[in-house]
Amino acid sequence: MKELNTQRDVWQVLREYTPARIAQGRVGVSLPTGANLLFQLDHARARDAVHCPFNAAQFASDYRAKFSTEQAALILQSEAADRTQYLQRPDLGRRLADAQWHKLRQTANNAQPFDIAIVVADGLSSAAVEHHALALLEFFIPAVHAQKLKLAPLCIATQARVALGDDIGEALKARLVVVLIGERPGLSSPDSLGAYITYAPRRACSDAQRNCISNIRSGGLSYQQASDTAMYLISSALKKSLSGVGLKDESVVLDGQTTTHIPFFKPSK
Amino acid sequence: MPFSVNLGYQHYVFADLKTLLAKATPARSGDVLAGIAASSNEERVAAQYALADVPLSHFLNELVIPYEDDEVTRLIIDSHNTQAFAPVSHLSVGEFRDYLLSDAATTESLQQLAPGLTPEMVAAVSKIMRVQDLILVAKKCEVVTRFRNTLGLANHFSTRLQPNHPTDDAAGIAASIIDGLLYASGDAVIGINPASDNTQTVSRLLHLLEDVITRFDIPTQSCVLTHVTTTLELINQGAPVDLVFQSIAGTEAANASFGVNLPLLAEAHAAAQSLQRGTVGNNVMYFETGQGSALSANAHHGVDQQTLETRAYAVARAFSPLLVNTVVGFIGPEYLYNGKQIIRAGLEDHFCGKLLGLPMGCDICYTNHAEADQDDMDMLLTQFAAAGGNFIMGIPGADDIMLNYQTTSFHDALYIRRLFKLPPAPEFFQWLQSSNIMDSQGALFSGELPARFAHALSLKGQA
Repeated sequence: MKELNTQRDVWQVLREYTPARIAQGRVGVSLPTGANLLFQLDHARARDAVHCPFNAAQFASDYRAKFSTEQAALILQSEAADRTQYLQRPDLGRRLADAQWHKLRQTANNAQPFDIAIVVADGLSSAAVEHHALALLEFFIPAVHAQKLKLAPLCIATQARVALGDDIGEALKARLVVVLIGERPGLSSPDSLGAYITYAPRRACSDAQRNCISNIRSGGLSYQQASDTAMYLISSALKKSLSGVGLKDESVVLDGQTTTHIPFFKPSK
Repeated sequence: MPFSVNLGYQHYVFADLKTLLAKATPARSGDVLAGIAASSNEERVAAQYALADVPLSHFLNELVIPYEDDEVTRLIIDSHNTQAFAPVSHLSVGEFRDYLLSDAATTESLQQLAPGLTPEMVAAVSKIMRVQDLILVAKKCEVVTRFRNTLGLANHFSTRLQPNHPTDDAAGIAASIIDGLLYASGDAVIGINPASDNTQTVSRLLHLLEDVITRFDIPTQSCVLTHVTTTLELINQGAPVDLVFQSIAGTEAANASFGVNLPLLAEAHAAAQSLQRGTVGNNVMYFETGQGSALSANAHHGVDQQTLETRAYAVARAFSPLLVNTVVGFIGPEYLYNGKQIIRAGLEDHFCGKLLGLPMGCDICYTNHAEADQDDMDMLLTQFAAAGGNFIMGIPGADDIMLNYQTTSFHDALYIRRLFKLPPAPEFFQWLQSSNIMDSQGALFSGELPARFAHALSLKGQA
């Protein structure tokens, strides 16, 4: 892009240390055209990630093609009628309509008891689900089978909040629900997937009863890492009959970064 | 006590004060979500008519949350200064608006009035004020605080340098700090939101910030925005804590959901003050608030989110903070739906906080699922600065890569400095000039790194 008289920042080499938008230069005191348009592009993508409808039917057929030995997926919708209502009424996005609830209960009554229900939900980023959910399931579903855990039919939900999994898990009488959901999109990460694990799901579970694995995306947590962490948490949750803060407290959380060295600082006097 | 008003053929009745306040409040998605908003535009204005006639003294008798049930209510009532209240004690809410806008209300008289006002009085009058009223009255208020520099002086404007990193990486954080300092940011505080609340991590970051402030000899203060109990633990371990951070809200139950109460805040306040790390003053608290937090914690008692936000300022006021920051667009569209709601909320919060005597800053921000964009932020930024706001955030390129939201950039602050000719805190401005980052006219350096930085940094390709 052609730019006029941009004041370049002489510390541009620091960009290798952070994905933050540092050393962008300036025109007068303002952002140069290129940096300004890049921001607009990233915001446009994040907005589209929120508002692009999730194609649940397409996802169901892709799932069918990948996992031909699994039961067909069920398509569900929360009580939020559309995106506008979804954004303003989180309470509706947490609730399953009665008719769908009873259908799920019927499914549960006609089957062996389920250990785990998996819900794939659009959340705030359909792009996250479309880019990462199926790929994650390719690691996760075989891992569930390897533990000899009984899996409910996959549920695909639209206009869904995390807590919609509570209604779904309760209706299916599952011991535990895993919700794979599009996270709130960031400017630099519009397609980040989250995985929420809730033991004994039922309506009115609190967020303190969930464990969350966040930032599943390219450049973030890998599918393998996410699947391994989920299986670790699920095994502990089933063993201890709980999930959430109680589980987390028993794991030793350490500072992930051990170095305090800053390569571009000269040694202090 | 019920309130009523006749408008044409319509007779409106409002059951009690909190209902009246909620119905009178300008439209907010959070109040709709809570089921307490006006059901029509006319009902909203009817409530505003009725509210305008309520005597200010009534707010001392009818409490929106009962005294026995809530320590924030008890704080408000027990700390009310009757003498300071006397000059306006005979006014109604509507007359109080007229007084605030009149020439009788000066910087000095408003400073003296502050301890006589309760949050509910201030919230009430804001509900019948337009944006220009909120700006004009707030501009008359001056709230000055000090730690290693002097913040909030009239015709000055400060920034918090916010160098967040998704994994709390030392070099990544330091790179953003250098970028910010060279863009003249960081006089309010250099403050990191850590990705981890782990005590070791927070301690490591506190030492990093102290190293930067010492290495470059900057007259500013540092903060790692972690839970107050973590900061207390670190004070006891001897970590270099300048400011104590805590998110607070306007009800005891909402504060409990944050894991805090008034005695805990008092303990942290005393602990940080005892360190005596300030050079020009000892305001050691940094609070953050935001409309909707009480509803989000299911602790709103049927009170509207703007009134509850103002009650949070009563909590802040009890601890003489250096900085109070309303994080206005972070919470999402279920509380503030769009740019219009975010803009008005930011200006209300600034007005209400200032009138109560608080050093108000604003995190002018939005999330990607809100109906807002950079144009909305530019409008709030410009209006906030026009209203005399104390400080804003400064981050590289307006993109917070850890918290996943957009707030104001280093460039945005320079825009305000140029537009309104507003320098940073005097001590910091001196430092910028002696460091050759900014000249006395506020123009930024160009070309090679200033000597102070060239000596301390080894950048590839440079001697």
